[in-house]
Parts: sequence; C-alpha cells; structure tokens
Amino acid sequence: MTASALRTQRRPRRPRYIALQVLLGFLVVYFLVPFWWVIVNGSKSAAGLFGGGSALWFADTINYLSNFGELFTYQDGIYARWLLNSAMYAFVGGIGATVLAVAAGYGFAKYQFGGRRASFAILLGSVMVPTTALVIPTFILFSQFGITNTIWAVILPTLLNPFGVYLMHVYTRDAVPDELLDAARVDGAGEFRIFYQVALPMLRPAIVTVLLLSVVSSWNNYFLPLAMLSDNRLYPVTVGIGLWQGIASANNSGGTSLWSIIILGSLVSVIPLVIAFLSLQRYWQGGLSIGSLK
Amino acid sequence: MTTQLARPIVDRHTSARRAARRRSITGWSFVAPFAIVFIAMLVAPLLYALYLSLFQTKMIGGTQFVLLGNYFKAFTDPSFLDGIWFVARFSLVLIPLQMAVSLGVALILDLVTTKFARFSRLMIFLPYAIPAVIGALMWGFLYSKSFGPLAELFGVFGLAGPDFLSRDLIFFGLLNIVTWQWAGYYMIILFAALQGVDPTLYEAARIDGANQWQIVWRIKIPLIAPALVLILVFALIGTLQFFNEPQILRYLAAGSISADFTPNMYAYQQAFALANYNYGSAISFALGAVVFVFVYLFMFITRKRGSFLS
Repeated sequence: MTASALRTQRRPRRPRYIALQVLLGFLVVYFLVPFWWVIVNGSKSAAGLFGGGSALWFADTINYLSNFGELFTYQDGIYARWLLNSAMYAFVGGIGATVLAVAAGYGFAKYQFGGRRASFAILLGSVMVPTTALVIPTFILFSQFGITNTIWAVILPTLLNPFGVYLMHVYTRDAVPDELLDAARVDGAGEFRIFYQVALPMLRPAIVTVLLLSVVSSWNNYFLPLAMLSDNRLYPVTVGIGLWQGIASANNSGGTSLWSIIILGSLVSVIPLVIAFLSLQRYWQGGLSIGSLK
Repeated sequence: MTTQLARPIVDRHTSARRAARRRSITGWSFVAPFAIVFIAMLVAPLLYALYLSLFQTKMIGGTQFVLLGNYFKAFTDPSFLDGIWFVARFSLVLIPLQMAVSLGVALILDLVTTKFARFSRLMIFLPYAIPAVIGALMWGFLYSKSFGPLAELFGVFGLAGPDFLSRDLIFFGLLNIVTWQWAGYYMIILFAALQGVDPTLYEAARIDGANQWQIVWRIKIPLIAPALVLILVFALIGTLQFFNEPQILRYLAAGSISADFTPNMYAYQQAFALANYNYGSAISFALGAVVFVFVYLFMFITRKRGSFLS
C-alpha cells in the first residue's frame, strides 16, 4: 500500500471539523468571560474600577497584593473565617451525607427486608421534593430545639441526600455481584465485614461521585445558611459575600472601596472547587452518568 | 410417629426463617442511619410545616386554627400567584434553551475528539463548580453599568448597551445566568450517555447509507432519552424553587426584583422579614406540593422512555 493510499484512508476517519471547533471556541469564551472579568477586576483598586478604563482589561497598576491584604484583614479577617466555615460545612456535611448514602444504597440493593419496596418508593418520591421548600419548616422546627444559629443547623439538613442513595443503589446493584457476597458468606465472613472489605472497594467511582456532588451542593448552598444563621462569624463564604454585596449596593458612594474586595473575594471563593474539579476529572467524568445509563 | 417425622422439617423452616429475619435486620441496619436523617430532616419538617400552615396568628386574637385558610389565601394572593407565574414562564423558556445548548454541545463533543474539544468540555463544565451566589454576582458585575463591559462593547458600534438589570430585561439576565451555570453539568451527563452508546450502531447505520444528521436524530438522541428525561427533571425541580440568583441580584438590580419575585423569595420574606411563620410554612408547603405534582406528572407521562422510575 502506498503512502498516499494510506493518507486517503485515514483522512475520513479523523475529520477535524474546523467549523464546529470554531463554534466551540466561541462557547468557551462565553463560559469563561465571567472568570476573566473577576480575574482582571480583582487586580484593580477602587479608583481603577470606577475610573472608566476597559472593563475587560487590566488597569495600569496591578493591585492584587493590596487587595488581598484588605480582603483578609477587613472586619478582623472575617473572610478567612468564612472560607474555613464553608470548608467545614462542605466536608462534614458532604462526608456524612456520603456515608449515609453508601450504606443505605447498599442496603436497598443487596438485602430483602420487610418494607423495602415501600421505603424505596418513598425515597424516589422524595427526590422530587424541592430542598428549599424544607428550609423554612426546618428553621422553625430547629428554633423549637434552640439549635438555629449553630453549625448544626447547617450541617444536619445537609446530611439528607436522597438522590445520592438512589445513585448508590443503582451502582451497587450493577457493580457488586450477589455471587461474590454469597461466596464471602460461605467463607464465614460477617455481613458488615463483607460490606467493608468486599463491596466497598468495588463502589469507589460511585462513592467519589456522590461525595463530590454532596460537597459541591453544600459548598454552594446559600438559602439554608442564610435562613439558619444570624451570627456572621458562622457564615459560609456565599452568605458572607452576599452580605457585603448588599452593603456595598445599598450605599453607593461609601461602598466603592468594598467592591474591590468583594470582587477578589468572589475570585478566591471559587478557586478551591475549581481545583478540586480539575484534579479529580478522572473520577467524576464517568461517575456523573450513573443515574442516566441503563 | 408424626412428631418424629415433622421435627426436622420444622427445624429447617425455623432456621431458614431465622436466617431470613437476620438478613432482614442486617438490611435495615444499613438503611437505618439514613432513614433516621430522612425522618428528622424531611418527614418531620414537612409534617410540622403542614401543621403550622393550618393556623393563623393575628395581632388581636392570637393563634387560631383556620384549616385551609392559609392555602385559600395563598392561591388568591397576587404575590404568590405572580411568583408561580414567573417561575412557570421562566421554566418554559429556560428548560428548552438549556436542553438545546447542552445537547448541542454534547453532540459536538461526541463527534469532535481533538485536544481542544476535550479542553472545551472541561471549561464549559466549570461554571457548575461555582456557587450560584458567586455566579449571579459575577454576571451582575458584567451587566452593571458602573463596571460592566457591555456599554463599552456596544459603544464600538455606536449603540447603547442593553441593561440586563432593568425591569424589562431582568428575565433575560437571569435566563443567561442559569443557562451558563447549569448547561455544562447537563452537557456532561448527556456526553457520558453518548459515550455509552455502542459505536457499531453508527457503523451499521453508515453502511445502510445514513448520514451524520440521520445518525444524530434516529440513533443518538433516542438512545440517550433516559438521560434527557433525567436532566429535564433536575432542571424543572431547580427552576421552580428559584431563589439564589434573584435574591443576590436584588441589590444590584435595584427596583427590578421585588421581595416576592419568586414563590421561594416570598416565603422567605414572610417568614424572616415579617415573622409570619404560619403563612410562610403554607407557601413552602404549597410550593413543595406544586413542584412534586408537576414533576410526578411529568415522570408519569415520560415513564415508558425514561428509566428513573421504571
């Protein structure tokens, strides 16, 4: 076979779709514009922000350092506290929700027990209950027990993740063969040891996915902490920045210096999850499809 | 004679039953921790909200049992009804738009496999990692007259920039934010579903003379229907409980977004600004019921093609 024959054979196999790639390029620009805007404008001083320079390009002076300094010292450095709170809510709530979902999904998938079908139907129904509709009732309920305005008011509702249970159920059902569990039983292993040593390692992709989804939804949560917390030292970063933003918008003239730290604060607050997603791509890219393949 | 014969059978029966019961207890003990959270964080608040919603607290006369009084009030309250009307309209425009964008991009990415395409996939997904609050704020900045680029960009063509924070355009401003935030996530779900399709089907179709469009319409889209139904349900649940974005933009878009803009915002205002817990609970419960019924009906209609409930 000649070289030219090879080339003509290969060409139709790997078309490059220039037009589609250009379209993708435009889409990427659209999806990245907000990030670009905060990166650029996080570097500006108040004067640079309102000085009439280009909104999509850097001002003459790059002010990252002094803006950073201001961001982390404003109101006694409460911003760092908010970041830590967000991380704490996301990890405690996310890990807790994942542990519960993994165990329950396994129980539903691998055991026959009285009331199983009925409880699973209720679980599926509950996926359709909007979580925000629960916020106000939960707040009133918590206030009866005096736990509003504590970290538990944010963490406890986060533990509820019916969709996570559903995902774990589907994955466990397909990925863990019953024969393997029976073989382990014949070998005399206890039920919990089987779960821990046989099933769990096989569930890793689904566990990472459910964990990531739980952590993200609790890191991004706004309505729940906004309703539950009144002490601003307990705020997660979303509620904190929302608060600053309200203050800065309310007093147009006095708020100008606040805007530069709000912008930089927005930028800093998205960095942890962006890094998490970029570094964990291997896991979530496959895992996110669990609920939709059958 | 009978006893001697029967005994081993009974024994086997009881031991099998005992094993089944043990299995049953083990099964429940895996589910129990979640079940407790489920009852405490979902069932209890819902029942409590239902209970509270049956009362009214008045300045004079204290708390009174009014049965469905709050619900009659809610479903004749222009604030609540306007909110429902807004989210219904918003869903009707948003969901088809979001589906079209995410499906279109997923199909492109399924076809184009260059390095740049892989990079685009990641970048288009990225907004999912951004809190809705921050996403709304970033777009709020971009829309803003004081520091957004719109005036500058449109100025090049001698035009005045559109003000997406104004009363007339806030609908589109919000539409853009939510599409930006979620299209990438939905795209990844659809993309993963497309990757799960057996490629020999495409070969077979090509041999039968099908072109790329026919493959897309007749093979790819029908085969990922379950994933499409799933994201539709997600989008529907998410949009009907709209809260974060309009709540954040309220300040930046002074005057365009009222405190009762969406049902959830109205419930929040009733409960926290006016301390009207009974009415706030009624609105929350009514909203939850509306969403549940909507989504359930939808699932029922698409049941045959979807996989979620079947």
